[in-house]
Amino acid sequence: MAVGKEIRNQIGSIKNTQKITSAMQLVAASKMRKAQERMGSTRPYADRILDVIGHLAHANPEYNHLYLEEREVKRVGYIIVSTDRGLCGGLNANLFKQAVAAMGEQHGRGVEVDLAVIGSKALGFFRSFGGNVVATAGNVGDQPTVADLIGSVKVMMDAYESGRIDRLYVVYNQFVNTMTQKPNVQQLLPLPKETGSTEQLGMNGHWDYIYEPDAAAVLNALLIRYIESLVYQSVVENLACEQAARMVAMKAATDNAGQLMDELALIYNKARQAAITQEISEIVGGAAAL
Amino acid sequence: MAKTMQCHVVSAEESLYSGEVQMVIAAGDLGDLGITPGHAPLITTLKPGPVRLVFEDGSDELFYVSGGFLEVVPTQVTLLADTAERADNLDESAALQAQEEVKRLLAEQQADFDYSRAAVELAEAVARIRVIEQLRKRRA
Repeated sequence: MAVGKEIRNQIGSIKNTQKITSAMQLVAASKMRKAQERMGSTRPYADRILDVIGHLAHANPEYNHLYLEEREVKRVGYIIVSTDRGLCGGLNANLFKQAVAAMGEQHGRGVEVDLAVIGSKALGFFRSFGGNVVATAGNVGDQPTVADLIGSVKVMMDAYESGRIDRLYVVYNQFVNTMTQKPNVQQLLPLPKETGSTEQLGMNGHWDYIYEPDAAAVLNALLIRYIESLVYQSVVENLACEQAARMVAMKAATDNAGQLMDELALIYNKARQAAITQEISEIVGGAAAL
Repeated sequence: MAKTMQCHVVSAEESLYSGEVQMVIAAGDLGDLGITPGHAPLITTLKPGPVRLVFEDGSDELFYVSGGFLEVVPTQVTLLADTAERADNLDESAALQAQEEVKRLLAEQQADFDYSRAAVELAEAVARIRVIEQLRKRRA
């Protein structure tokens, strides 16, 4: 019966696609659990160091570190954390939209923008979109190490130290829950001052830490560690987002394939039935003519 | 004056302790520190070595840290360790072996020998052994 051949082929190919998407969904689900665990285990450190830095920003250090100083803004740097692979819904698109909006705002104020991108998707996007990409790190994999990222972060920190850029932001996806990922732009340098208050700690007014061995050495080490930990945390969080988004996207694809197959099966059966009916009426018509 | 203060011990991998303590004893870069509630604000780097927490009820726990930072404000102590382990989980034979290994390397000094790296490893191994010995002494 020739009538249903094409439809049958189409159903077959959709079925194959569905197998692939449902497999990807399962893989993403298991990877997401691991990525979430990793995110959860590094979060306490990031939170604590953020606290310490928050206190530090309220202190009145005798030694004024470069990272604590507000400068007039002529050029800013963005570290953009994206995924390496696609098929994860609108995750990267939303992130880039946010980043481009933020960059547009800077351009509007006459401020130039430098970019450091992590993940091959961001590299591809900003290569075609335009933008001054000064550093990249790709293929960080499922288990990124600080060493993988340090190169591109270092480029930005050097640029900040030499005065080429006056502010540094990181753009990444924040993991709210499995269904929701929120693109987030966070200022890294100079240290934002609004984090927390020190009054509940029993200190107000003019105070400073005792530094051992000395302020310059401690602050330098601490601030570098802080930037590293923040960038690392955002990469790990972005990874969890990627897997969650992929899982949701692949679930939707699997569901859609199922729906499409049902619809096609209906059309196929109708066509088959119509063909049979026609054949019968032809036979009946033929018999009557005899 | 309050008898206890908030204390957080975190390493890059996990949070090891979070709660009230009476005293924190740690190996600062310029020497050992004992921190009690109401201590003046302080930030210091840490050497590889033991960290002892004394809890509200007088019991205590020993940790090993490989270095990091200690921040003190009057009501709170935050310990940011590079890596940290509970003393109970330390492996003495592994630490001793590491110490022997580094000593041997220091003695041989081959061409591709990285002195500063070996020195760091030796310091860490010695600190681990120190923590284990302290733990044993208290148990005895």
